[in-house]
Amino acid sequence: MSKPFPYRGFVLALFFLVGGHLVMARTIPVCGDCDIKSIQEGVRQAEAFDTLLIKKGVYREFNILIDKPLTLIGQDFPVVDGEDRGEIFRVESDHVRIRGLAIINVGVSYTTDYAALRVVKSSHFHIEGNRFENLFFGIYLEKSNHGVVRDNQIMGDAVDEYNSGNGIQLWYSHNIEVLNNRVEGVRDGIYLEFSDTVHIRGNESRNNLRYGLHFMFSNDDTYSNNLFENNGAGVAVMFSKRIRMTGNRFRKNWGTASYGMLLKEINDAEISGNWFEENTVGINIEGSNRITYRANHFINNGWAVKVLGACYENSFVGNNFLYNSFDLSYNSKLNDNEFKGNYWSSYSGYDLDRDGVGDIPHRPVKLFSYIVNRTPETLILLRSLFMDLIDFSERVSPVFTPDNLVDTHPKMQKIQ
Amino acid sequence: MLKILKYSFYDLMRSRWSYVYFLFYLLLGLVLLFLNQDLSKAVITLMNIIIILVPLIATIFGVMYFYNSREFTELLLAQPLKRSSIFLGQFFGVAGSLTLSLVLGLGLPFIMYGLVKSDVILNFSLLILTGAFLTFIFTGLAFNIALSNENRIKGFGYAVLLWLFMAVIYDGLFLLSLIVFEEYPLDSFSLAATVLNPIDLSRILILLKLDISALLGYTGAVFKKFLGTQLGFLISGGVLLLWTLLPIWRLTAKARKKDF
Repeated sequence: MSKPFPYRGFVLALFFLVGGHLVMARTIPVCGDCDIKSIQEGVRQAEAFDTLLIKKGVYREFNILIDKPLTLIGQDFPVVDGEDRGEIFRVESDHVRIRGLAIINVGVSYTTDYAALRVVKSSHFHIEGNRFENLFFGIYLEKSNHGVVRDNQIMGDAVDEYNSGNGIQLWYSHNIEVLNNRVEGVRDGIYLEFSDTVHIRGNESRNNLRYGLHFMFSNDDTYSNNLFENNGAGVAVMFSKRIRMTGNRFRKNWGTASYGMLLKEINDAEISGNWFEENTVGINIEGSNRITYRANHFINNGWAVKVLGACYENSFVGNNFLYNSFDLSYNSKLNDNEFKGNYWSSYSGYDLDRDGVGDIPHRPVKLFSYIVNRTPETLILLRSLFMDLIDFSERVSPVFTPDNLVDTHPKMQKIQ
Repeated sequence: MLKILKYSFYDLMRSRWSYVYFLFYLLLGLVLLFLNQDLSKAVITLMNIIIILVPLIATIFGVMYFYNSREFTELLLAQPLKRSSIFLGQFFGVAGSLTLSLVLGLGLPFIMYGLVKSDVILNFSLLILTGAFLTFIFTGLAFNIALSNENRIKGFGYAVLLWLFMAVIYDGLFLLSLIVFEEYPLDSFSLAATVLNPIDLSRILILLKLDISALLGYTGAVFKKFLGTQLGFLISGGVLLLWTLLPIWRLTAKARKKDF
C-alpha cells in the first residue's frame, strides 16, 4: 500500500512556495518567426513555471530535456519530428504539463527504449491531448508518481514484436491516472509493471500486436470502461493483487493464443460488469484465487471461461453466458469455485414454481470441452450428434467432469 | 428424362408424404422461431436438425420411393427409353420435391419473421443450400442401395444403417481414433476424415460461418489455414458437390448394366 497523500499540507506548501512564482510566470512563444525558434532553446531560456506556447509548424528536434517545471502548450498541433534519431522529450522535473503537440518519428533501437515522451522520477505531471505517430515507445513513465495522462492519441504502425514498443508504459509509477487515451498499432497498448494504485479509465486500445493491456506486479489498480478490441493476444493480467476491473469491453480477440483476458496469479480481484464478445477465449484463468466475477456478459465466445488448474475460492455470480461454444472449461476434476445465479443460454431445465430460478441445477462443463482440452484436434467434432449424445450422458451422470461443479440457482431470464 | 422427372415430381407433389414433410418443416420453423424470437439463435438450432434429419428423411424416402415405384419402373423399361434417363428422372424428381419441401417449409416461417431484412440471411441461405446438398447426396445413396438390393427389408436395413453410420458411428470412430493417436500430428488426418463424411462436412461448412471464434482458437496450423480461409470454404463446397455427383454416376452405371 502506498502512503496516504498529505493533501492539506501539500496544498498549503503549494500556496506559499509556488504561488509566488505562478504570478510572475511568463509565456514564451516559440515559432519559426519568433525570437525563439526551437523548443530546446525555449526550455533553456524559460524559468520555472513559465509557459512555452509552441505555434504551428515543424520542429525537427530530439533529446529535448525538460528539467524545470514548465508548461508546454501546442497551438494547432505543432509537429515535433524526431527524425528517427532517438528519444524526443525527456521530463526530469515535477509539475510539467505538455499539451497539444504532435510528436512523430521516434528512433528505433535494440538497446535503448527510446520513447516519444519519457518522464523520469518526477511527479505531478500532466500529459494531455497529444498525438503520437510513428513511434517506438509512446509515453514512458519511469518511477514517476501522481500524474495524469489524458486524451492522447497514439497511432503506431508496428509490424513485428521484436522491434516495436508500447503505447503507454508505466514502470514503478504510482498514483497515475490514465484517462480517455486511444492507442493503436503498437506492441502493448497500455503496459504496467510495478505500478500501484493506478486508474485506467475510458481508454481505447485496438489492433495492437500483442496485448491491448498488459500488467504485472501492479497492485490496487482500477480499470474501468476501457475498450480492448482486436489485439493480437487480447489482455494479459499477471501477478497482481486487489485489482478492480469494471465495465470494460473485450472484443474480437481471435487467434490460437488469443484471450479476451488472461489472468495469471491474480488474487483478491473484482471483475464486474465487463463485456466479453466474440473472443476465442473470454477469460483464461490460471492460478488465480478469491476473485469475484459479477454481472459480466460473455457473448459468442469460443470458450467463455477457461480454468486451468489451481484456482480456488473464486465466485461467479449473476453473469450472463450467451451462445458461447463452450461456457466453461476445466482441466481437472477438482472444483473449489462457486457458480451461483448465472444465466446460461444453454440451460435446458424448467422452472415449475415460477420464482425465476431453474428447478434443476445446471452443469456448465461439457464432457466435450474436457476432451478438447486433452486432444485439441477433436474440436472438429463440435456440434455433432455423437458429441451431443455423450455430453447428454455425462450431464446425467458425471464421470469425467467435477461433479460438484453446478450452478444450483441458474436464472431463467437474461440478467439485465 | 425431363418427362420422367416431371412425372415423378408431380406424383410426389400429389402424394401425402411431400405434404407431411413440408408441414413438418413448417411446424419446426414456426415453433423454433416462436420459442426463440431470435433469428440467429434459431439458425444454430436449425443446423443441428438439418444435418441429422435431412439425411435421415432423404434416405428413407429415397428407398421407399424406389421400391414403391418398381412396377412403374419396369413398365418404363419396356418402352424405348434410355435407362439413364429413367433413373435420373426418378432421382431428380424425388430429390427435387424433397428439396422444395425443405426450402418452403423452413423458408416461409423465417420470411414471416423478417428474415429478408435481418443479417442472418446469408447464414440461413447457406443452411438451406447445405440441406439441399444433403438431400441430393442421401437420396442418391438411397437409390444406389435400393438398386443393389432386390430384398426390400434388406434395402431398408442398409439405408438406416447408412444413416446411422454417417450421422453417429462415424463420429464415434473418428473421436476414438483421435484420442488413441493423440501423440501423433492429426491435423491432416482430421481434415481428411471430415471431408470423407458429407454430414461432417456440412457441419463444418456451417460452423465456419457460425462458431468461427471457437474454431480459430484451435492450435494447429494446417487446420487454421484450411478452415479460416476462403479456400477452405471453396474446397468444402467442391467436395460436397463431388459427393452429390458420385452416387448419381454410380446409379447410371449400375442401372445400365442391371438385369431386371
